[in-house]
Amino acid sequence: MKEKSLISINDYSKSEILEILDIAEGFEKNPRQPILSDKVVSTLFFEPSTRTRLSFESAANQLGARVIGFSDAGTTSAKKGESLKDTVLTVACYSDVIVMRHPLAGSARWASEVSPVPIINAGDGANQHPTQCLLDMYSIRKTQGKLDKLNIAFVGDLKYGRTVHSLVIAMCDFDTTFHLISPEALKLPSYVKQHIKDKNLEYHQYLSIEEAIDKVDILYMTRVQRERFADPIEYENVKNSYILTKDQLKNCKDNLKILHPLPRVNEISEEVDDTPQAYYFQQAQNGVYVRQALLSAILGAV
Amino acid sequence: MQKKELQVSAIKNGTVIDHIAQNHVERVLYTLNLSKYKDQIYFGANLDSKKYGKKGIIKVSNKFFAPEEISKIALVSPTATLIEIRDYEVASKKQVEISDEIKGLVKCVNPNCITNHENVLTHFEVVNKDEIVLKCRYCEKNTTKTNIEFV
Repeated sequence: MKEKSLISINDYSKSEILEILDIAEGFEKNPRQPILSDKVVSTLFFEPSTRTRLSFESAANQLGARVIGFSDAGTTSAKKGESLKDTVLTVACYSDVIVMRHPLAGSARWASEVSPVPIINAGDGANQHPTQCLLDMYSIRKTQGKLDKLNIAFVGDLKYGRTVHSLVIAMCDFDTTFHLISPEALKLPSYVKQHIKDKNLEYHQYLSIEEAIDKVDILYMTRVQRERFADPIEYENVKNSYILTKDQLKNCKDNLKILHPLPRVNEISEEVDDTPQAYYFQQAQNGVYVRQALLSAILGAV
Repeated sequence: MQKKELQVSAIKNGTVIDHIAQNHVERVLYTLNLSKYKDQIYFGANLDSKKYGKKGIIKVSNKFFAPEEISKIALVSPTATLIEIRDYEVASKKQVEISDEIKGLVKCVNPNCITNHENVLTHFEVVNKDEIVLKCRYCEKNTTKTNIEFV
């Protein structure tokens, strides 16, 4: 993986993904090691993001790397009309790896084609967010002790959620049984379902969490947004079905863990935070270890 | 024996684009920018075809198409046949072919794709040659036959 950009989760083979997860496990045991002390990491955030940027910067700092960058394109020459290519070529002169988030889909792939240093995609518009996918997989493996043959439920907006699409596709390599819980209007797109069918895996579709809660090992929550509905009445009818409460967990399996890419708005009641099933903040913590693993693998330090 | 009557007049030199999918003649003319062409053009639509039921045909005098133009024809009408005529004789005949990758020719359908905002040459993988489905190398969205726009 040395010097290899990560743009889309599909760029990594199953064995490369597992290798990153194994390396991340090492960082969880020992997160502060000065192995990147001679490296400079730049974080180019052309659109705001709290979690992803801070998580990358924390990962880099804990390994001793220096971090440069910006978190608001308004303060950069992009505002003056500089092309992405020119920005990337310039920043590549100052750093060993570039972590980039950009509002346009495909920007990260383009950056990786022009950049002499590797690019890590931290989100390119509605397209890909591969490090989220890796940290989700890490969290699944850690809580369940394995990735194979699990029952995973995806809840909420399965139509537009890019994290859902990437994770479903990645988990197709692990004999997963999928439980897809969404309003009619926000079902998983057929191109993603095709990946499940191609691998002859089982999937079930439901309209409510209750129908599936006793069958699953992982409940992956996402937010159902009002603006996704053409008909506001339809939104009012369904919105409460996708808010997870403590009461809904009474029939769950003992090993169930709840994941959420965050930020949460109201789709998981705060009362759930204190249950043994809640795992979303640890999931965010795991993001640091996975990003440490990626940075050190790409920079050739492990 | 009665001589078979041509449905569209013959040309002396040039190219015949035969077996154009029904209702696609206009699209091919437009795609190849033939409305500005100065020499003779004959075309016919909804002609009988043994192979396809109905077909279209375009005959362009003194014009031999470049590979890039042939790729465009293939994207608009993958069933088309290209026949080069020299002195009323068939000099060559071939089925148009779609390559595995398309660079530059086509615009990405996704308005939020980087290729529609910066000076980036579009680049597609042809994921389905029959239905014409082009997957953008950058934004990973599909551009299909019905929404193809040329650069």
